[in-house]
Amino acid sequence: MSRRLLPSGDSALLVECDSLDEVLALHDALAASDQPGVVELVPAARTILVAVDPATLPLESAATWVRRIPAEPAVRSAGRSADGVTIRVTYDGPDLRATASLLGVTADALVELHSSIEWRVAFGGFAPGFGYLVSDDWPFEVPRLDAPRTRVPAGSVALAGAFGGVYPRQSPGGWRLIGRTGAELWNPESQPPAVLVPGRRVRFEAVGAG
Amino acid sequence: MTRLRVEQPGPLALVEDLGRPGLAHLGVAGSGALDRGALRLANRLVGNPDGLAALELLVGGFRARFDGEAWFAVTGAWGPVTLDGRPVAPYTAARATDGSVLELGMAERGIRYMLGVRGGIEVPPVLGSRSRDTLAAIGPDAVEAGQVLAIGPEPAASVPLLDQEAAFPPPDGPVTIALLPGPRAEWFTDAALAALFDSPWRLSEQADRIGARLVGPPLERRVQGELASEATVPGSIQVAGGGAPTVLLADRPVTGGYPVIAIVAPGSLDAVAQLRPGQELRFRHA
Repeated sequence: MSRRLLPSGDSALLVECDSLDEVLALHDALAASDQPGVVELVPAARTILVAVDPATLPLESAATWVRRIPAEPAVRSAGRSADGVTIRVTYDGPDLRATASLLGVTADALVELHSSIEWRVAFGGFAPGFGYLVSDDWPFEVPRLDAPRTRVPAGSVALAGAFGGVYPRQSPGGWRLIGRTGAELWNPESQPPAVLVPGRRVRFEAVGAG
Repeated sequence: MTRLRVEQPGPLALVEDLGRPGLAHLGVAGSGALDRGALRLANRLVGNPDGLAALELLVGGFRARFDGEAWFAVTGAWGPVTLDGRPVAPYTAARATDGSVLELGMAERGIRYMLGVRGGIEVPPVLGSRSRDTLAAIGPDAVEAGQVLAIGPEPAASVPLLDQEAAFPPPDGPVTIALLPGPRAEWFTDAALAALFDSPWRLSEQADRIGARLVGPPLERRVQGELASEATVPGSIQVAGGGAPTVLLADRPVTGGYPVIAIVAPGSLDAVAQLRPGQELRFRHA
């Protein structure tokens, strides 16, 4: 496992890993260690931004902490932080059939797999409350739509690349929509405001078409 | 309770405080006043704690009437400020009486006024902040004509006597901005890194609270290919495909897929917030 420490201003480090699995493992380890002076950990596909309060944790000390912390080998489906959440999904998305045939499976098989495996939130960043979901048991690479939709309804359950996701609010988007949920995934009044927090385990449960 | 009746908001009137840090992992940027020094100064001038919410007013053309008496201060951009038609000195606390009308004319230097009032602008906080995030659409909507803004209770501190010499207007000529190294500097050619520091740059018309695009020589990359999106900090200078740099600001997307060549030092960020389209800037090493 390699970790490259890149400069990111006077109160943050950008830590680059070789793979998403290493990001997940390192994020779990950093989050679990509860280091005083860490303001925020922002994981992404290959990196984690470690933002600090330099008065409590100087950048040099943060760098040493990040370099030395041991990380367990990554397991995509078992984020360590927080308990799991189950999201009830009606699998009637406008792209379900076309996506299944693109992947060479039936729509039923796609739904069955999507709703039987354990996912974890790898990182966020596209919009408030949006989580990029990954799973060791998800074999597919799903191409984005050629022409993104200008309006994707809130609660749309979607696929793109190696990732699953749920649109927390209405927004434009190029992911393929396979279902919908009434679950509220973003509420600024809640603590935390997002359900899909990095590290959290997620399962989808199929419910009858409404 | 004292209120501020906004009769004319100008092109963009937003409530801003020091923002909502620490939520980037949930997809929420820090937001907050673009010229944070101006916010702090406006608050200090009227005896408020540093982080009370104030109005960030783009360019000018703002008019409001006070319902009740209130201390206020205008900082940030410099331009004609009048209370009932009489000039008000910039960067000083002034007292409005019930019914008096505050007008901010077109800014002559800088581009964002901060209007602080004693007690702060009282709107319901969202995620711990009263700031409007223009990209994520979080926080209070832009202020509209006719809107009445509540002013919070008197703070404990009195209105301080401050030396007026502390007021420095934003420069109207070239501005020098200090840069820290960026995480992806090595993605760029030596010529691009040299050009970043040697060339004069200008602020383009594409400049808002999300980012400020600059006009200058294209910054060429040594490393081609895609960068997986990664988290950025305020002041990150990302370079898009065509080679044009953009300084990412308070309401930026929390992750970006373009390489960041350098980062505006925190001490220079307020100066970026006050640049006017067409204004020249130069970069130096922090």
